[in-house]
Amino acid sequence: MKVTVATDKCVAAGQCVLLTPQVFDQREEDGVVVLLDETPGPELHDAVRESAMVCPAAAIHLAE
Amino acid sequence: MHRIIVVGASAGGLSVAEALRRAGHEGTITLVGDEPRMPYDRPPLSKQLLSGKWTPSRLALRSEADIRALGLELRLAVPASALDLARQVVTLADDTRVPYDALVIATGVRARRLPGTDGVTGVHTLRSLPDALALRDRLRPGRHLVIVGAGFVGAEVAATACGLGVRVTLLESGPMPLALAVGEEAGRFLTSLHQQHGVDIHTDAAVTEIVHAGGTVAGVRLADGTLVPADDVLVAIGSTPNTEWLAGSGLADRDGVGCDEYCAAADGVYGVGDVARWYNPLFGTAMRVEHRTNAAEQGLAVARNLLTPGARRPFAPVPYFWSEQYDTRFQAYGCLRDHDEALVLDAASADRRLLVAYRKDDRLVGVLAAGKTPKTLRPWRARIAARAPWTAALSHPTAA
Repeated sequence: MKVTVATDKCVAAGQCVLLTPQVFDQREEDGVVVLLDETPGPELHDAVRESAMVCPAAAIHLAE
Repeated sequence: MHRIIVVGASAGGLSVAEALRRAGHEGTITLVGDEPRMPYDRPPLSKQLLSGKWTPSRLALRSEADIRALGLELRLAVPASALDLARQVVTLADDTRVPYDALVIATGVRARRLPGTDGVTGVHTLRSLPDALALRDRLRPGRHLVIVGAGFVGAEVAATACGLGVRVTLLESGPMPLALAVGEEAGRFLTSLHQQHGVDIHTDAAVTEIVHAGGTVAGVRLADGTLVPADDVLVAIGSTPNTEWLAGSGLADRDGVGCDEYCAAADGVYGVGDVARWYNPLFGTAMRVEHRTNAAEQGLAVARNLLTPGARRPFAPVPYFWSEQYDTRFQAYGCLRDHDEALVLDAASADRRLLVAYRKDDRLVGVLAAGKTPKTLRPWRARIAARAPWTAALSHPTAA
């Protein structure tokens, strides 16, 4: 799995961080998404998929 | 559970369809939408789309390839017109009959209109992409936009229109914008934010008539007789759930589709998104939440409950919404409406900072912030999710 994020679309909701803090974080100043791990391990795939699905800006893209 | 029909092809409906496939459902999924386009995102309509920063193609919720990969029976540009609950058949407006084993209702809401304004040039509502494009085409520097209703949609459009050099008047029927929803201090903050940007705000301004001449809008008449002249009028006075097609089914009333804590409206029938009023056990009350994030989360929850009837889980989220106006971002967690107390923990309208905590009975139920880093809110969200008692929640060292 390869994760990419569109920081220009991100609305800083932080839903991804709540679901998968191992993979996503937010910038201190404006809350925009920070990708911590572009290729998360299989044990995180379900949570990452869920993060992508609930992202209110459709800013997380997965290539699997 | 072979044939699932999802009625409504916006964020909520798409989320259900996607989650069903991810969870391994191999049967038919029919996704029905009344608009003639692939699922798109609505929050940017009042902001990036209206300002011209984004083109419509950026609103797509998924690429066409991603949608194709879901293997859906897509029925776009055709609304559902009737439900026969006993026979398990949805009828579409083109008279197609779609039998189902499970039904998901995700038909959303539509903008409320003012009577007598249909077809009048220059009178707008904002819910769909065509609405936003029509308004965008009319917003030019020096023109005058009057917005009826100072809720979040009205306020976001005011901010965007200001940025385009449009003269904006915001009409609020109550004494303070948003006071019922988020409290007086937040209403004052919002008022000040818009006034600082040159928006003319009238409160206690009850609209009696949209005045038009020769099919084109001329202005808005207020109860005290004043005529507020306008080149364009945006009517932003809330929304109505799209439930007419459910008439006779007993599933819906004027406040949407009634659902239990599992989001079930009946056996094998679920509600998702703006149209669904479900019992949220975290707050011990039924709620209908018109937030973008709720549509997606509820879609996931419904897909799960639908496919594993023996292991259903209550849907008990902490609702979340955001709003962007000028350079200020509002964020809120929880259930702000119907609060007993809105306690201001930080308010500095000059540097556009605000933090308000909401109490219902003896419990922290919500928090609203503006101009705060998003991480500031996370501990508050955790306290709301943990049903923190009011005094304990506020005595926390990081409370402000």
